[in-house]
Amino acid sequence: MIAQKEASEARRRLLGRYAGTSQFVQGDVAVAIGAVYAGCDFFGAYPITPASEIAETMADLLPQCGGKFVQFEDELASISGIIGAAWAGSKSMTATSGPGFSLMQENIGYAVMTETPTVIVDVQRSGPSTGQATLPAQGDFYQARWGTHGDHEAIALSPWSAQESFDLTIEAFNLAERFRNPVMLLSDGETGHSRESVAFPALDEVTVVDRALAQVADDAFGDAEGAVPRMVRFGEGTRVHVTGSTHTADGTRKATTPSIHDRLVRRLVGKIAHARDELTRLHTLLDGGEDVVVIAHGISARPAFGAVEQLRAGGHSVGMIRLVGLWPFPGPKLAELCAGAKAVVVPEMNLGQLNREVERFVHCPVHSLTKIGGHVFHAREIAEAALAAGRS
Amino acid sequence: MDDRQPMLDYLRQEILPTTFCAGCGGGTVLNCFAHAVDDMDLDVDNMVAVTGIGCSSWIPSPYFKVDTLHTTHGRAIAFATGVKVARPELDVVVIAGDGDLSGIGGNHLIHAARRNIGLKVFLVNNFIYGMTGGQVAPTTPTGTRTSTTPYGNPEPPLQITELVAAAGADFAARWTTFHVFQLIKAMKTAFSRPGFAFVEIISQCPTSYGKYTQQRDAAIQLRDFKDNSMRIKKARGMPPEELDGKYVIGTHQDRQRPEFAAMLDELAQQRMVEGA
Repeated sequence: MIAQKEASEARRRLLGRYAGTSQFVQGDVAVAIGAVYAGCDFFGAYPITPASEIAETMADLLPQCGGKFVQFEDELASISGIIGAAWAGSKSMTATSGPGFSLMQENIGYAVMTETPTVIVDVQRSGPSTGQATLPAQGDFYQARWGTHGDHEAIALSPWSAQESFDLTIEAFNLAERFRNPVMLLSDGETGHSRESVAFPALDEVTVVDRALAQVADDAFGDAEGAVPRMVRFGEGTRVHVTGSTHTADGTRKATTPSIHDRLVRRLVGKIAHARDELTRLHTLLDGGEDVVVIAHGISARPAFGAVEQLRAGGHSVGMIRLVGLWPFPGPKLAELCAGAKAVVVPEMNLGQLNREVERFVHCPVHSLTKIGGHVFHAREIAEAALAAGRS
Repeated sequence: MDDRQPMLDYLRQEILPTTFCAGCGGGTVLNCFAHAVDDMDLDVDNMVAVTGIGCSSWIPSPYFKVDTLHTTHGRAIAFATGVKVARPELDVVVIAGDGDLSGIGGNHLIHAARRNIGLKVFLVNNFIYGMTGGQVAPTTPTGTRTSTTPYGNPEPPLQITELVAAAGADFAARWTTFHVFQLIKAMKTAFSRPGFAFVEIISQCPTSYGKYTQQRDAAIQLRDFKDNSMRIKKARGMPPEELDGKYVIGTHQDRQRPEFAAMLDELAQQRMVEGA
């Protein structure tokens, strides 16, 4: 049994290696270090390219701060194990790529239904199926939203650098704890494998959120409209009943009463959907009134950002919005920011997923710029598309 | 005289009666489990019961009043592994059926046994997918008619206890719902072993299995368990064809190897000290 005090001292000691320094690390490694900053003490995963470096780093770091690393027999077990660990009181995480992410979908729904805080990192690669195992893609945009069955909301963040892989991993843990929901970090093979300089903050500069705990389980799945109920921890005598079946506020299974299901699922959806503004995270290059707006996320936003900066320097009326938070989708905010635009261009490394979502909200023509095959966009490709959209 | 069932305090009484069919073995397993916990005076506030999907998973979830984690089909052992590794001091119990633990979740069963993680796994084997209405299971005897083998089951059944023993479990035993005292004793032995401890409980399903095998009365199946059980000592060395239709009961494996969750705990303790 690991003593909390010793573990937190060991964690501070371990993070002393990073705090206040800049280091040249892979995006995947930055994710792992971010997890340790956030207080992660359980990691379970199955090896897969291009996410394995996260597991390798966690296997090294976690025992040094009293945490547990398990390499499970498959991704079905990995997602199950991290949910079990969360109910035992851990802050838990797994990391995978497309094929493994597909295998995890059923229990992502279980985590939603049981309101389990946990973090799932998907370092995206080209699909479908085994696809291009070593090459990046952005094809899991909709899988993160709709991969599991039934009505639900998702929280997903998208880093575009090693620095942001670190920052958003901490953010993912904080949101998971705050909303008692699984949170997904949608990285990609390029971001995960690229080495870049990461500035690791001092420990007192980092905000770490911990779940609100209750002493009794009566309201562990409480039904106040839009509210996030307080969680309990196994082994504390609350004798909580946790089930993926439809249940009442105290966890009792009531799977055939229409009103109970209606109330539960609307609350689960509402607690995320009502927080859409709080969860909207955009990075913009806009003065307002640009004719063309480029909307991108993750690795595709890097060449897009370069292209837009160049076009603006050349006097073109082009702006840019980068989605840092993907889900819940910041549609109303995009509509507001693009209200005066004549055209929107959406470059992405798939055959048009973000594009489809943008089309639902903005009122001008949306030009989809797609690229698959494993090579990241060149800034020139995006600049040409933006200019063409401006002429059309 | 107090005619209350003596184990009632262990149950979530507000949910009773159980949803088990008349004659189901689930109630017997629940009763035996409560007796094992009671005999050993285990702290129920230190216990987590993890289950999957199926009639047998309903034995602890919701009826047994401890922290219960009612999970998805096949994954109970994987969830339980997360709980046990995170908190090795907890008694983590898995109760689920043959379809759940040895069919859809068979891989987790093998690897949990291999790791020798200190879970207490009680697998209720009724030879059928009961909750869904009587489809063939990986445990259904060859030739048996079920709703999805109308011409008889062409497949041989899995020998689960033998598999678990071979995969690396510290303790593996098989009993039936007829052998209630031996079953309670085996459950207690499982609790007393630090490593992966497994008891397969052959159980009757008069509703979904019995309707295809002309055993709609639970007593017929229980009599079959009584008449056709054979002690492992006697069964060892017998040719497999002579064991056809027999239930090989008793302790199949009993040894002590290092327990996985405790090893990870020790590893972390060491690494923390070395970092200081």
